[in-house]
Amino acid sequence: MVDLKVNFAGIKSPNPFWLASAPPSNSGYQVQKAFEQGWGGAVWKTIGAPVLNVCNRYGTIDYKGSKIVGLNNVELISDRPLDINLREMAEAKRNFPDHAVIASIMVESKKEAWQEIIKRTEETGCDGYELNFGCPHGMSERGMGSAMGQVPEYTCMVTEWVTEVTKKPVIVKLTPNITDIVHPARAAIKGRANALSLINTINSVMGVDLDTFELSPNVGGKGGHGGYAGPAVRPIALHMLSAVASDPEVAKSGVPISGMGGVETWRDAVEFMLLGATSVQVCTAVMHWGFRIVEDMIEGMSNWMEEKGFESVDDFIGKSLPRVSSFGDFDLGFQSVARINHDKCIQCNLCYIACNDAAHQCIDLKELKITNEVKERMWPVVREEDCVGCDLCSKVCPVDDCIEMVEIDTGRPHITWNKLMADKPEVLEWDKMEEYRKGAHIHIH
Amino acid sequence: MAEHYKPTKYKAWEMTIEERFSEYHAPFSEREAKLEANRCLYCYDAPCMVACPTSIDIPTFIKKISTGNVKGAAKTILESNILGATCARVCPVEVLCEGDCVLQGDHKPIAIGRLQRYATDDATERGIKFFKAGEPNGKKVAIVGSGPAGLSCAGELAKLGFEVTVFEKQKWAGGLSTYGIVVFREPLEVSLAEVKAIEELGVTVKTGVEIGKDVQFDDLLKDYDAVFIGVGLGKVPPMEVPGEKLEGVVDGLDFVAATKTEPLDTIKHGNRICVIGAGNTAIDCATIARRLGAERVTMIYRRSEAEMPAYHFEYQFALGEGVSFMFLTQPIEIVGENGKVTGLKCVRMDLGAPDASGRRSPVPVPDSELIVPCDMVISAIGQIKPFSFMDTLTALGLQNVKGYIKVDPKTNKTDHPKIFAGGDCVRSHGEASTVMAVQDGKIAAKGIYEHLIGKQAVTVSAASKA
Repeated sequence: MVDLKVNFAGIKSPNPFWLASAPPSNSGYQVQKAFEQGWGGAVWKTIGAPVLNVCNRYGTIDYKGSKIVGLNNVELISDRPLDINLREMAEAKRNFPDHAVIASIMVESKKEAWQEIIKRTEETGCDGYELNFGCPHGMSERGMGSAMGQVPEYTCMVTEWVTEVTKKPVIVKLTPNITDIVHPARAAIKGRANALSLINTINSVMGVDLDTFELSPNVGGKGGHGGYAGPAVRPIALHMLSAVASDPEVAKSGVPISGMGGVETWRDAVEFMLLGATSVQVCTAVMHWGFRIVEDMIEGMSNWMEEKGFESVDDFIGKSLPRVSSFGDFDLGFQSVARINHDKCIQCNLCYIACNDAAHQCIDLKELKITNEVKERMWPVVREEDCVGCDLCSKVCPVDDCIEMVEIDTGRPHITWNKLMADKPEVLEWDKMEEYRKGAHIHIH
Repeated sequence: MAEHYKPTKYKAWEMTIEERFSEYHAPFSEREAKLEANRCLYCYDAPCMVACPTSIDIPTFIKKISTGNVKGAAKTILESNILGATCARVCPVEVLCEGDCVLQGDHKPIAIGRLQRYATDDATERGIKFFKAGEPNGKKVAIVGSGPAGLSCAGELAKLGFEVTVFEKQKWAGGLSTYGIVVFREPLEVSLAEVKAIEELGVTVKTGVEIGKDVQFDDLLKDYDAVFIGVGLGKVPPMEVPGEKLEGVVDGLDFVAATKTEPLDTIKHGNRICVIGAGNTAIDCATIARRLGAERVTMIYRRSEAEMPAYHFEYQFALGEGVSFMFLTQPIEIVGENGKVTGLKCVRMDLGAPDASGRRSPVPVPDSELIVPCDMVISAIGQIKPFSFMDTLTALGLQNVKGYIKVDPKTNKTDHPKIFAGGDCVRSHGEASTVMAVQDGKIAAKGIYEHLIGKQAVTVSAASKA
């Protein structure tokens, strides 16, 4: 039996699946219901400054029949009275002592305000705090949320204010609406944060109505930027997670990271954890289908761990981090070519037209006479000597495992760009580059 | 409709007759259409398009549906096939576009026919006109017969600037689309809307005018620069068995036509019906009879299931409708009392050696006569070929192939320089179908244009499946 238990900077949780600070964790009713159904923890919907909400709060991207591939919102932090939130938080923790209950906090940028609310929240018995430095809409205009997370100095300062007054673990939630997320991550650690979480939502305008010319979400005829989440943002979250997790300064500090941004299934959760997340937080998927999805998340991850021979989550957290690299360190000698399996090919010719119109014109349509049909259709065939190994064809192919990228040895030297720059900086001149290519058997057609 | 045919779930006695005769498939909703359209892979050089006798750019029209450009989708369809709304319903898609869909193998092929219906119906409902008459070129063309071949030819010619007059002996135009396609497959309005669209291109459609009777063919040749013949085939031929004149023996085509043109509750039908034949029209007759309320409908066919000419999906449909089949059974006499049908006398058959058609020919089994009691016999054993004015045509030098008018398939020109022909009346080989007739009309229009105007600027993609 595998063990999904997580120890996140001292916060214990029966599994790594937490509700993100968002509408699903708005109340004690919801959080306790989620725990009953299996969620390991919940970051309460952010409490703090008083707010007023607007209507229509959501916009979505639906793609080819799939609803909510992306979700944007303009809802603010909790609009429920502070004392009710604190009372329900205490009750949830009391009823579920083994589950993680984390208070998400956001107040104006004043030391007293931050320290005051932390002191009030301490009494709930919550397991820790998440500082919301990420909300990109409504609060940021009031100098809170991402307005704070976008300035590393503020991030450090406010984190210090909080860590001064509590012994509980403090998680700093980072905004993706910044050029390099590593800087606020380092600032949070400098402010003695015990953990990081990322990503908050991404600034976005979801769409424009072609009949009314209104924006989505539509607030009484007007619209503006909101926070983008859901499966569509997952690659961005994975990038930022890998950047933070593999940053030497962050790694040296040893702070755990709670990953989020489009986590919908156990597979997504595993990917986040392979890139260094100790726990994952989920919002959009729950907003779409309810708390019940956690059963499959737990079961799916457990089955996968069993198959892989992992006994605890620690066995695989960060396992893919050593593979995080950058262009300068890639092997320029690694060569692959596309190979089409004509037993599987259904002759849609999407590979042909993609290669011909949008890649390097290395696929031909040829007569192969491999069926008994009188008028056999042409088959796509790769000219391997010209294939640049870009992999576009296999990406557009609708048939599983029909086009395979096969590694080949073309005699190119196995060297990285960084090494090449150190050894032969002269190739930055075109004529020297041509000379180098010739020697390295690199032919551009 | 086809692969989408499913066993009948309705309980006939719980439905009104109008419900039983409403279109078998509900139209796609916008969401259904988009979902289905999004399944399409958008193949490059797609096989569905190659399989379509009229070469409709199927991936393009489906892509347009997926983006919400339904008007553009209809335009793409109608540019290649002006009777796209009829073909969407009557095409044997299993053996044409959908049959060649690359998703045929492991997946379900795209419902091309239903998507085409979605797009063309949308255009009709919104009253969108895509084409206009061409700059008049001073040439006049007469079209004999307003079926799919005639209408297609008329539409294409009008777009090219010809002055076109269509002569139709029936009360309404549309040919088999109007009179011969069962109403739950193609409602009358669909066919009549297509006629209207062609009239709106400036084509004159004269109904109730029979060539050879009301107007002489020679006069057409005199008054027009070219004549296109698209008269289809004739009535069901006699069965050559005793008792054909009994009350209760009907022509299958007339039976189908009645359900299209007469109030459904006034159609006379028996309660125990024998349908003779096993082609698509025979199936139509049998399924109509069931939906009209006949309790026992038996199809009688002298060969076996393997030889039956009806499409497999039509056979499946009939089975689902509760039609029973007596294969290897040959009618030899219609028996009756007081001038009315009371039964069909048949003999059992065995399959012998292959005949000229390559199919094993049925041989009577001695002493195997039996009588199937019935109160109605519907004959649907094919259509006769001779036309009322075939003699006139022969006198003009037109040749025939097995009774069908002989044409040059590249231009659909007959042996007479002014006479062109197309549709079922030239289909001496291959499957007679609406979509082939439409393509014939297009080819003839191009042929007429090239003959009368010269070889410029007309592109008609050729049919790929003969």
